[in-house]
Amino acid sequence: MLSHRLSRRAEAREWPTYLEQRATETQSPLLQRFFAAGCPAPDTPIGEAPLVALDLETTGLDVQRHAIVSIGAVPFTLARIPLARRRHWIVRPTRPLSGQSITLHRITHTEVEAAPDLAEILPELLKTLAGRLVVVHYRHIERPFLDAAIRARLGEGARFPMIDTMSLEARRHRLSPWARLRRWMRRPPVSIRLPDSRRRYGLPDYHGHHALVDALATAELLQAQIAHHYRLSMPVHELWS
Amino acid sequence: MDTEILEIRQHMGRFPPFDVLDDALLDEVAGRVEVSYFQAGTDILRLDQELHELCYIRSGAVEIRRRTGELYNRLGEGDIFGQFSLLRNNRVRFPAIALEDTLLYFIPEDVFLRLCEADEHFADFVELERPRLEAAVEEHRKANDMIITRVRKLLTRYPVMLEASTTVQQAARQISEAQATAALILDASDGDPRHTFIDSEKRAWRLRGILTDSDFRTRIVAEGLPPDTPVGELIGKRPITIQSDESVHEAMLCMLRNNIHHLPVLYRRRPVGVLHLSDIIRYETHSSLYLVSNIFSQSSVEGLARLAPDVRAAFVRMVEEGANSQMVGSALSTVGRSFVRRLLELAEEALGPPPVGYCFMVNGSMARNEQTVVTDQDNALILSDDFEPTRHDAYFAELAQRVCDGLDACGYAYCKGEVMATNPRWRQPLSVWKRYFDEWIETPTPERLLHSSIFFDLDSAYGEEAYVEQLQDQIARKAPQNPRFLAAMARNALNRKPPLGVFRTFVMEKDGKHNNSINIKRRGTAPMVDLIRIHALACGSSAQNSFERLDDIDRTQLLAPGAGDKLRYAMELLSMVRIRHQVYDIQHEHTPDNNIEPENVADSERHHLKDAFQVLSHAQKFLKYRYPIPPHSSRER
Repeated sequence: MLSHRLSRRAEAREWPTYLEQRATETQSPLLQRFFAAGCPAPDTPIGEAPLVALDLETTGLDVQRHAIVSIGAVPFTLARIPLARRRHWIVRPTRPLSGQSITLHRITHTEVEAAPDLAEILPELLKTLAGRLVVVHYRHIERPFLDAAIRARLGEGARFPMIDTMSLEARRHRLSPWARLRRWMRRPPVSIRLPDSRRRYGLPDYHGHHALVDALATAELLQAQIAHHYRLSMPVHELWS
Repeated sequence: MDTEILEIRQHMGRFPPFDVLDDALLDEVAGRVEVSYFQAGTDILRLDQELHELCYIRSGAVEIRRRTGELYNRLGEGDIFGQFSLLRNNRVRFPAIALEDTLLYFIPEDVFLRLCEADEHFADFVELERPRLEAAVEEHRKANDMIITRVRKLLTRYPVMLEASTTVQQAARQISEAQATAALILDASDGDPRHTFIDSEKRAWRLRGILTDSDFRTRIVAEGLPPDTPVGELIGKRPITIQSDESVHEAMLCMLRNNIHHLPVLYRRRPVGVLHLSDIIRYETHSSLYLVSNIFSQSSVEGLARLAPDVRAAFVRMVEEGANSQMVGSALSTVGRSFVRRLLELAEEALGPPPVGYCFMVNGSMARNEQTVVTDQDNALILSDDFEPTRHDAYFAELAQRVCDGLDACGYAYCKGEVMATNPRWRQPLSVWKRYFDEWIETPTPERLLHSSIFFDLDSAYGEEAYVEQLQDQIARKAPQNPRFLAAMARNALNRKPPLGVFRTFVMEKDGKHNNSINIKRRGTAPMVDLIRIHALACGSSAQNSFERLDDIDRTQLLAPGAGDKLRYAMELLSMVRIRHQVYDIQHEHTPDNNIEPENVADSERHHLKDAFQVLSHAQKFLKYRYPIPPHSSRER
């Protein structure tokens, strides 16, 4: 356990080096600009870090078989989430859209057919994320899907540090001694899904599965998590992964 | 519309003042919101901090405090705060603390100012108390001008409809059979969609005209037409019609303008009835005016008692037609006085003429012309100074008994405090009453103060009006000169305080306690009446009605400019909430009372109610400062 934490921390500190290296090596001017903007220094207090909440809606969970349908992003800080700066894109998926995901994401076939390919909105998307620390709920969707989608268009992927509000919930509810005790007693684990996590902090129920609404919901959740469990002076490298 | 901010605009659109904004403005607001989370117990706004945003509570609860740290208000989902700072110097005057985990939407100042400019309702709402209350009262009046009774309410049966080929004889027969006084004449549709309607058998018709009783005389018999003349030959141009959703008032004007007695009523193009002038007259007779004349035609207590349901019906109708509290109050007080008068007339018929002159005095809400349907009786007898108890009191005791029993039978319950003419103490000659009043004003005691608050609303219902007028003058003359009396009355008026706020499901008390209902009379209208009475006594007004008293008060310097209007609007709002609640009870076959549950109050009304309570609360505090206990009086006690 201890060694796991240490390694995680060491890894966490390596993000700026990784981004710097990619900035020098990349062949794409678009990615060069993005990586050169970097991320907040590892010791930046979370309360001062420029953040951006990000959510992808996809046709499914498998990065090999499924594709991105829409992207929502809101730049924010722990003090404020200004909706005026919100961004939302619908993109044409490279793989066919199933009827189920249509109803789930509240996007219609016509909207999707009229939508641009991700390549067209990529400059704007990267500009929105550049220099900010990305906040997601469950990074194992956003990270691989974005990486694969960018790789498919530019020939190389893009990975960057993320604060995962789901892992912050897991730290409290899955990894704590109390959670292990619950597991030992065969109690069902506490749900760390976005709506259930929000409810624990008294945040209102939103209609999920809209990329922008979920991004906003994630931003609010991080504000609540930090208010309840951390200090504003907490260095960002303790939170990102 | 932006679906992405739907979540936010839908929420805001449910709460005043955003609920009146048009969609485009609401979109703009929602799109400019900034969101922030506050853990329970943390500061949201600190005293004197600079503020350039309006705060909207998306979820959670917020406590607003005074400069001194004292609890000022508690707000919940959908409430706003910070508007006073934005409208003044952008400094926080009332610090705010998150009471629960709270999610706030901040609306930037430029958006806020644009809303104030673009939308009158919004501006009214965010400005302090008076304009908001004023707006509420006026809004209600405006809305009701439109919700007046619709024509369709007066229709009781379908019209007689005949084809144009029908002979006049057949027509006369059918009209008689239907006990109608007119028939509508139809023809197959000429294809013009403006006049075509389809009947239940899918045939297309058009309305060609109307044939009335008087047509048979003037156009058939007088002209010597044979009975087999087709009705189609008699009618000229298309008749004047009215749509079923027009007001009764409009129908009446239409008949007068065109000098007609029959008016076909259409739903779109389909005839649904024929309105006759007498229908309107019959409808009008259900008014309180008719009720009063009915009271005077009754010859027994039993007959009078049978009219009690009519009183409630007239009350409900007035409110539904948009009467304000003064109209309702004065109509019901008139009805009440009519009962008193008729009961006295009946008693005098039975007992013979009174041995000496008397005046039957009414007190409380009837004297103030502020009666509702939930009321008990407060009355007394002022007798001529020729009165000799041993010779005359048996007559007046019997007279009083009959009236008070009769009133009870008619729905005006006996007074629990025995403030009735049956009580010998309140059946006295004028000189004794004058002495009472002098004592009450000059040396107030708790009991005397209670009497003052009942008897200093006084009016004559029957008999020698001059007696009551002399007493009214006496009060108006003496009260302003007795600061100690006014101070004592002022302190007495503070016994009943309004609640701090009204929330979705509970009433918040000053001590933070929650209740799930509130007695709107005891906590609202009655303390307001008490308060207005004291100012009226101080300025020597002899008016009895609270609004008339406020008019008199306004002519003096007793209150700060504008304060009278605040009280007027708060009084109207509290009274109407009470009245509407009683109407609701009657319509749902509950016994009407004064207890309102916040759940049954509309969102916007709840906000206004809270404002009205705040006006009352501030006015009560002012009362203490306005009428201080004079220095020498403490020595006397």
